[in-house]
Amino acid sequence: MPRETTHGPEASARTRTGPPALSPVPTQNTPRPATWPAAGSAPRAPRRLPRHNVVAIALFLAPASLLFVLLVVTPILLAMYTSLFKWNGFGIPADFIGLGNYTRLLDDTVFVGDLKRGAILILLSLVFQLPMALGLAMLLNQPLRGRAVYRVLFFAPYVLSEVITAVLFKLVFSPNQGLANKVTSWLGLGDLGASWLADPSWVLYSLFIVITWKYFGFHMILYLAGRQSIPNEIIEAAEVDGASVWKTFRYVTLPLLGPTIRISVFLSVIGAIQLFDMVWVLTGGGPVNASETMAVTMFQFGFRRFEVGYASAISVAMFLISLVFALLYQRYVLRRDTEGAVTTMGARR
Amino acid sequence: MITPTTEAPVAAPPTQRLRPATRRRVKALSLHTASIAVAAFIVVPIAFGVLGGFKDNGQLATNPLGLPSPWHPGNYTDLLISGEFWRQVGNSLLIALGTVVLVVGAGAMAAYVFARFAFRGREVLFTLFAAGLMFPFAVAILPLFILLRTFGLLDNPLGVILPQAAFGLPLTIIILRSFFRTIPAEVEESARLDGCSAFGFFWRILLPMSRPALATVSVLAIVASWNNFFLPLVIFNDQTWWTLPVGVQQFQGQYATDTARVLAYVVIAMVPALAFYAVAERQLIGGLTAGATKG
Repeated sequence: MPRETTHGPEASARTRTGPPALSPVPTQNTPRPATWPAAGSAPRAPRRLPRHNVVAIALFLAPASLLFVLLVVTPILLAMYTSLFKWNGFGIPADFIGLGNYTRLLDDTVFVGDLKRGAILILLSLVFQLPMALGLAMLLNQPLRGRAVYRVLFFAPYVLSEVITAVLFKLVFSPNQGLANKVTSWLGLGDLGASWLADPSWVLYSLFIVITWKYFGFHMILYLAGRQSIPNEIIEAAEVDGASVWKTFRYVTLPLLGPTIRISVFLSVIGAIQLFDMVWVLTGGGPVNASETMAVTMFQFGFRRFEVGYASAISVAMFLISLVFALLYQRYVLRRDTEGAVTTMGARR
Repeated sequence: MITPTTEAPVAAPPTQRLRPATRRRVKALSLHTASIAVAAFIVVPIAFGVLGGFKDNGQLATNPLGLPSPWHPGNYTDLLISGEFWRQVGNSLLIALGTVVLVVGAGAMAAYVFARFAFRGREVLFTLFAAGLMFPFAVAILPLFILLRTFGLLDNPLGVILPQAAFGLPLTIIILRSFFRTIPAEVEESARLDGCSAFGFFWRILLPMSRPALATVSVLAIVASWNNFFLPLVIFNDQTWWTLPVGVQQFQGQYATDTARVLAYVVIAMVPALAFYAVAERQLIGGLTAGATKG
């Protein structure tokens, strides 16, 4: 199957030897496949570029650039601009208030609460969801009857939309007809009654259960792919040397899974920053903002209360938080793994 | 891409050679117990939905978990004969296909340039595109709405298709570029010697050779589009354009007291996604792992 040779070996080779996937400079001393097209045809410093090439480059890049500039870059710039106004979204923004929306943001208990709740969700993911995914990946890497079925099953919720997941769980958590209450009373935990989604001190954990239900399979699949790119000889060597199962995992497998784990943490955090669909459908952010996220707050102000200027400031805050996080993470955590990837400017290394 | 490599540990489980059979059995048993517990965590809510759709609301209150008695297929059949569900499926399909054509077309062309041409500023440009990967839809949705309103694209499928394609470009370009690079330069050289233009090579040779990668990025784009909720929610005021996720959410609001009917709708709405997963599992998982390790 050609399809298997495309990603499988390529991806595993990369993880094993750690050459940059998106290495910007072709002549780096990394084990670049012999097929690297520029090796003969395009020298490092582009010299003469025939005119027809310039035309071809421009034509080939035009559709993507147009879409990207118009619908990704412009909106972000537009949000930066409108965030400086008190504006209801209609007509031309005129009431310039400088950074007023941003100072308001910092005093807004809901927005500050969004940050706190986001941090709690991220923390819960790091402590429960990702270790669970890692454990299951290790488990499904064992010889185990039916593990192909388990793998397909565990990943299945990922393909469902967040809306469908949220509606389903809204009914699972429903106080009278719901499943969750029956299960907890069977387990002897008592009847939690309406508290799953209606109790402000509990709703965030219910939300986290739903997030885990939907997303642990995705992280598990990443870890499985990472584990399978580790040559079994290395694991076997540790075992032959007398390392226990735990020590083999702790000192051999886990460090070699490092790149995968760091990526999975990254995706988990970015996912938490943008969380909207699931919260909006499950709780609408309530009760009393107890499950609200930044995106929900932005939606409330932008599309419900028509405080578009203020909502733009929230958008920009989300953008900056993602950007700063991505840059710092790239700089300090991913540095070793994905040289030249996303945020690293090509020329820097 | 998972299946072939998983076979290795089965063939030679080194630890088991030395261990007594009983210990192995205990280990297998505990592994099975853990897997079954997690499987139950996944399956029970879905089973609750499927069975709940066959109950009436009285049964749901007294017997949320057991089998329905009697079975009420009415909830499902009502939905399947109503035009609403099928129209939403049609809208979702149309938007997904439009998005795929656009994102794969524009993405492949750009990826070709990033993979095959050397010019000053190429990496900066590529990095700009790739950086789009970090910016979630939610960040841009409000200004996007304002922009599309200005263009008059509200209540127009293009208002969803175009932004989805734009936000899908980073991943598409990253995956395609790294695939295009694996195609030997000799192929291009000989095509050029035979008089192929840049576009001729791209269209007649590169794209056909890249079918697996194109399938991967198409599958990713379809799933992302199919499940998108935020954008259609703000773009479509007119309910004849609602996509499946928007429809499910609105249905749930409309029939809030009729739990059994909502469960039936949720279950029916799951079927297309799960069916697609069954068909395209390999591309989906391959694409996601590749996308993650590359992005």
